Amino acid sequence: MLRRVLALCGVLLSALFCGSSGANGGPWNAPYPLSDRGRSVLFSTFQTSPRHLDPVSSYSENEAIFTGQIYEPPLQYHYLKRPYALVPLTLQAMPEVDYRDATGRRLEEPVTEQAVASVIYRLRLRPGIRYAPHPALARDRAGRYRYHALTKNEIAEADTLAGFSATGTRELVAADYVHQIKRLAHPDLHSPILGFMERYIEGLDALARTLREERSHSTDPLDLRAFPLVGARVIDRYTFEIVLKERYPQFLYWLAMPFFAPVPWEADSFYGQPGMADRNLNLDWHPLGTGPYMLAENNPNRRMVLVRNPEFRGENYPSLEAQTTKRGPAPPSAEPRLPRIDEIHFMLEKEEIPEWNKFLQGYYDTSPIAPDGFEQAIRFDAQGKPEITPEMRAKGIRLSVATRMSISYVGFNMLDPVVGGRGRRARLLRQALAIAVDTEELISIFGNGRGVPAQGPLPPGIFGHRTGESGINPVVYRWQDGRALRRPLEEAQMLLAEAGYPDGIDPATGKSLVLHLDATSSGPDTKALFGWYRKQFARLGIDLVVRSTDYNRFQEKVQQGEAQIFTWGWNADYPDPENFLFLLYGPHGKTRHLGENAANYANPGFDALFHRMRTLPNGPARQKVIDEMVSLVRLDSPWLWGFHPQAYALEHAWMDAAEPNLMARNTLKYRQIDPSLRVKLQARWNEPVRAVVWGVAIGVLVLMAVVVWRVRQRARAVAP
Amino acid sequence: MPGLIPAFASVATEPMGLQLLPTDLLFLGALALAAVYGHSAAREPLARARWSRVLHSPGGGIACLVLSVYLAVAVLDSVRVERAEQAPLTVLDLVLTPLRTGMETTYSAPFATHAHARENLEHAPGLWVRDYPRLKFGGRHLALPEETARDLVRRIALGTALGFGVFVVLTLVINQLRGRSLRGAITQWWEPAWRWHWSALGVLCLGITIVGCLADGWHVLGTDKVGQDVLYLSLKSVRTGLVLAVLASLITLPIALVLGVLAGYRGGWVDDVIQYLYTTLSSIPGVLLIAAAALSLDLFLSREAGALHSLALRADLRLLALCAVLGLTGWTSLCRLLRAETMKLSTIEFVASARALGSPSAALLRRHLLPNLMPLVIITTVLDFSSLVLAEAVLTYIDIGVDPSTESWGNLINGARLELAREPVIWWSLASALGGMFGLVLAANVFADTVRDAFDPRLGPDAKGVQGRA
Amino acid sequence: MTAWFVRRLGYFLPILLGVNLLTFALFFVVNSPDDMARRHLGERHVSPAAVSDWKRAHGYDRPAFLNPAQNGLAMVTDTLFFAGSSRLFSFNFGRSDGGRHIGWDIRQRIWPSLAIALPVLILELLIAVPLGLAVALLRGSAFDRGLTLLCVAAMAISSLFFIIAGQFLFARMLRLMPISGFAEGWDALRFLLLPVVVQVLAGLGARVRWNRTVFLEETSREYVRTARAKGLSEARVLFRHVLPNAALPLITTIVVTLPGLFLGSLITESFFAIPGLGSYTIDAIQNQDFAIVRTMVFLGSLLYILGLLLTDLAYAWADPRIRLGGN
Repeated sequence: MLRRVLALCGVLLSALFCGSSGANGGPWNAPYPLSDRGRSVLFSTFQTSPRHLDPVSSYSENEAIFTGQIYEPPLQYHYLKRPYALVPLTLQAMPEVDYRDATGRRLEEPVTEQAVASVIYRLRLRPGIRYAPHPALARDRAGRYRYHALTKNEIAEADTLAGFSATGTRELVAADYVHQIKRLAHPDLHSPILGFMERYIEGLDALARTLREERSHSTDPLDLRAFPLVGARVIDRYTFEIVLKERYPQFLYWLAMPFFAPVPWEADSFYGQPGMADRNLNLDWHPLGTGPYMLAENNPNRRMVLVRNPEFRGENYPSLEAQTTKRGPAPPSAEPRLPRIDEIHFMLEKEEIPEWNKFLQGYYDTSPIAPDGFEQAIRFDAQGKPEITPEMRAKGIRLSVATRMSISYVGFNMLDPVVGGRGRRARLLRQALAIAVDTEELISIFGNGRGVPAQGPLPPGIFGHRTGESGINPVVYRWQDGRALRRPLEEAQMLLAEAGYPDGIDPATGKSLVLHLDATSSGPDTKALFGWYRKQFARLGIDLVVRSTDYNRFQEKVQQGEAQIFTWGWNADYPDPENFLFLLYGPHGKTRHLGENAANYANPGFDALFHRMRTLPNGPARQKVIDEMVSLVRLDSPWLWGFHPQAYALEHAWMDAAEPNLMARNTLKYRQIDPSLRVKLQARWNEPVRAVVWGVAIGVLVLMAVVVWRVRQRARAVAP
Repeated sequence: MPGLIPAFASVATEPMGLQLLPTDLLFLGALALAAVYGHSAAREPLARARWSRVLHSPGGGIACLVLSVYLAVAVLDSVRVERAEQAPLTVLDLVLTPLRTGMETTYSAPFATHAHARENLEHAPGLWVRDYPRLKFGGRHLALPEETARDLVRRIALGTALGFGVFVVLTLVINQLRGRSLRGAITQWWEPAWRWHWSALGVLCLGITIVGCLADGWHVLGTDKVGQDVLYLSLKSVRTGLVLAVLASLITLPIALVLGVLAGYRGGWVDDVIQYLYTTLSSIPGVLLIAAAALSLDLFLSREAGALHSLALRADLRLLALCAVLGLTGWTSLCRLLRAETMKLSTIEFVASARALGSPSAALLRRHLLPNLMPLVIITTVLDFSSLVLAEAVLTYIDIGVDPSTESWGNLINGARLELAREPVIWWSLASALGGMFGLVLAANVFADTVRDAFDPRLGPDAKGVQGRA
Repeated sequence: MTAWFVRRLGYFLPILLGVNLLTFALFFVVNSPDDMARRHLGERHVSPAAVSDWKRAHGYDRPAFLNPAQNGLAMVTDTLFFAGSSRLFSFNFGRSDGGRHIGWDIRQRIWPSLAIALPVLILELLIAVPLGLAVALLRGSAFDRGLTLLCVAAMAISSLFFIIAGQFLFARMLRLMPISGFAEGWDALRFLLLPVVVQVLAGLGARVRWNRTVFLEETSREYVRTARAKGLSEARVLFRHVLPNAALPLITTIVVTLPGLFLGSLITESFFAIPGLGSYTIDAIQNQDFAIVRTMVFLGSLLYILGLLLTDLAYAWADPRIRLGGN
């Protein structure tokens, strides 16, 4: 019997290896079907499954990479212009703005803030924009919607969206944008910005109340067309207006986000039919937009596939007018129509190591640099500027570096009796810590140098940020030999002694001062990171206790003001200083006002300046106000300013060279690849080591033979 | 080892006070229990004979030696000494002071004189160069890095000499304790029955002294991301692994034994209730149960944050909770096996007949059932013991294991896992953690095998005969 | 027999109820519905009204166990616990807190899980049982000692190491298979090979050793000695007598792995990016998606109970002396 088993194993093994080595000659380790490699397909990755692709509720980075290609809000960021600038996307021109006083009278520039009672934005669409084909828009010959009155059986029969064989399209009209703005107030859709927008859009709060009321009476789908919204109205087929309750110049940036992308009422009517949701048939999983791509396959467990939208109106590759920045590359002359790539395949990659290795093998076209691949990919020249290593350059890999519009910082809870408040003692303590915690070392150890030490709340690239000597934080740095130098530890120790903690000893207890750092623990690096923070505080003789909790608890603690010192970060919603400075605006205090000011910093002087800064146009006047604000918070040090992370991205030779645009989310339509070069290089880099396979197979067979031989020998022996 | 002497001196001069954390107390308590058992077993002839068989066999003896080295490290690391104005340190920390304080900035390879990653260095005023910086501790006694090899040879030679000396002294002392004369000790110590034991002892002595001599001036196993010595971290991890396994087994054993035997022997509604208990518990995926328990404890800790100022205490309570959770969820499989085995045994003729004859249950259990269940219990316990040590790494991977500030093999592996993608590969943390775990689990398994051979009533003379024949 | 069966079936309900109660209690000690709402709504600009909307939409606005606002039976039925549990018992798993239909997702993800778990189980049995028999036959020989040592050594290696080393060596250095990922159809073979081999290797040591113990234990019993005394060859003794008797403990260990078969291997799936139920569960734990976690726990316990039934039936079938009728 053993022999039979052995023979079977042998046959199976050899069949497997013969089969695999005979298979179509390509590399063995391709993480996707080999046939896809030669086509115009971009291979990219996503780390977490998107939860919402409905533009009304999607707010996270990992969803934006899909929604950005599918939906078209009225505005977009210019692909090449720096600093970032908004340009029309579906509009004929930038929105016209009207300021009205309480009587509805139009105000002429310059307007004073007090006089403004409402602001009207008028948006004019470009005609001829069409939706991607979708069953919700399919009509029969009589012009009636085919799939808007389905029975449960019919839905069950179709089962997936592909089960509805007919599709249709129609032109984008102004009513679709208004419909989407109303959807922000829909009680079942939980738009994350409803609470925020209620403050600005006229009548949105009232609509939300009405809809909530309506929802409590019945569970039928709500038809939003029956509920008017004062703050968003259709003027004609291609024109609509948005009315704001107060002046909010940053509103334009919101018009470049998917929250304000059009959704046809047909989609809600189609997906609202009973039985649809049970099959995951809804806008969250099967979006419908006017963008250059449409979602063809949605398998959040494995891959997401975007394909070219056949109804896309076409768009030209943008160009820079001569007088603007020279930084962008010249637009390629050939094939200026967008999108340029046929399909984009996003593969799920939760772990960094496999993703990095697959990039090196040539299976992904672009990659962020895994922290652990850093030494392998990047080295710094004598000036400390990053450049790519020779072996990477030999593969044709290119590096692009851009500082993110974000800040990663350590906040002090200003409500805390020890570290908080604007009293002298606590301020000195915070300043001492700001010097002692060596951000440069943090960036170098934990970020491989991928970060810029923050001199205040504003990252580079945002209006108001200053470089050079005038840009340094004088509390922590001094300017010497043309560079910012961190003040020596002795100064921190002096400040600490002045604060009443000589050598870190708390006079109240006679022991080391004990401080608490709250943080979420995630992944293996956190232990090292916490150890590093303890080491930094210990340099001042302060005993830092790290309280690591899960994400929820951490959020709750910061929210309730129970945290003392905490790690936090902010990603820009839009490239305006307001989006960073409001993080320190008193009335946005997290604990008291549920705002985004996590440190609960409150300084009346700062708040007054903030009011002025908000509505000022970018220019010297605004710069002056911002300088004042920044120097106020530097002195108070409510944050250890931390750093602005830098995004290093690598791209293979077969990708077109492009400057990264960190604000725009709809950039994939501009990219181009050369699939034949990809096929060639992949084959060269992934030659399997076949000899090992045969070695292992032979080894296993020999081992089995020996076992069988020994067993048979033994089995013949008869017990005495 | 000149560095160690001031460390000892500092222990002696500082005001001493012991501060034991909950797991320290329980762990030392568990060892005390084992010692009490050992004392009583030494007096009972049958148990004494069995245990001496374990110790006499080469595998059992060597495993015992290795285990006792691990245990010694764990015990040293479980006795905490209070210090004025500073966090308490364990005796092991004090012994390893040069390693503990000899920190670098980041990674460095074993026996390296320079860091693993380049930094911006100011060679001359204003001249910045990107290069590998010299280490602050590793090889700092050398004027030139080229002298490394000579220094290592010198230290190994010193370590060998020291180790040899220690070994000779130990041999003499042990022979003295066994009542041999000096002459007998010299002429008879290399007797065949003990050869393996003596060799193992010699290797251990040499290993410890050589590593000790090297570690005094070098990072023998390199340093980790924040520049801590990996040898120090590995030694600190021993305690976490042992405490986890010992305490979890301590909780598992009595529950599984009592409930399993009760269910299998009594049957009826008792069986139903016990089955209900363990089915309910074991049908919840263990990971989820552990995750939920770990999270609830965290909630508790953050509520009681005021009372738990010490980081060490927080980490320790988390370890304790993990032991409790692993113990309370881990008894079900052993219990099920025991129940099945008991059911089978109680239908076997001699038990059934003894039962029919009215033999009291207690006697029946003690005489017939328990001895037959022992091998199953021992084997399963030791298998679980090893898997508990191993489980720690896996749980830490999904972030529900020990506290990130606790030195443990899991944390070490988890940190090192990410480094394999580097080029050149950082292998030393991974290798040290795996090596440390490997040694412990291997010793525990070999030990269990010999215990099983000695204790299993069914592997009596006949089984020996079979083995002898082969 | 019938009485026994009925009693067994009677376990179903209380066990599942107990499991549900325990999951529910454990999860809600940790997570308040407010937490969950905040987590699912995102970090920014979340108003209390949005939180209460979310809670109402997902049914978390009701009290946990007793609803004082209702009268009579509704006091118990109009609660979070009852509503959640009763749906599960009718296999209507509803929607996850993230909004997806759980039943649909499970139907999608069960196949990749099975595609890994089944080959692993079969391969392990195919290798471990013959090896166990072989070492039991050759006990005491150098082969036995060597293999046992190898098993013990393999058991002392963390499974994480097998995965990490496997990916490093086979996928990266030798370029024989993809590092991770999954595909449909026959192409899946390339992706499954490494995880299956790694998982078999990681489990093999323990299983061979366990089999050896079981076989050795059986060979030391009376009937084996009798058989040997009758002059039967060792092979005959092993195959005819020892193997059937040793089947019981073997079956027990297999049945214990049954839920794992369907629920997938948590670590392997998440390392190799297999879109199975194991990675589904891990994600749900990490995202604290209670609806999914509760469903997976429910299914797990259901499979456990089925496995238990199977074990007892197998015991009765393999060994008629076992009393199914109770006392």
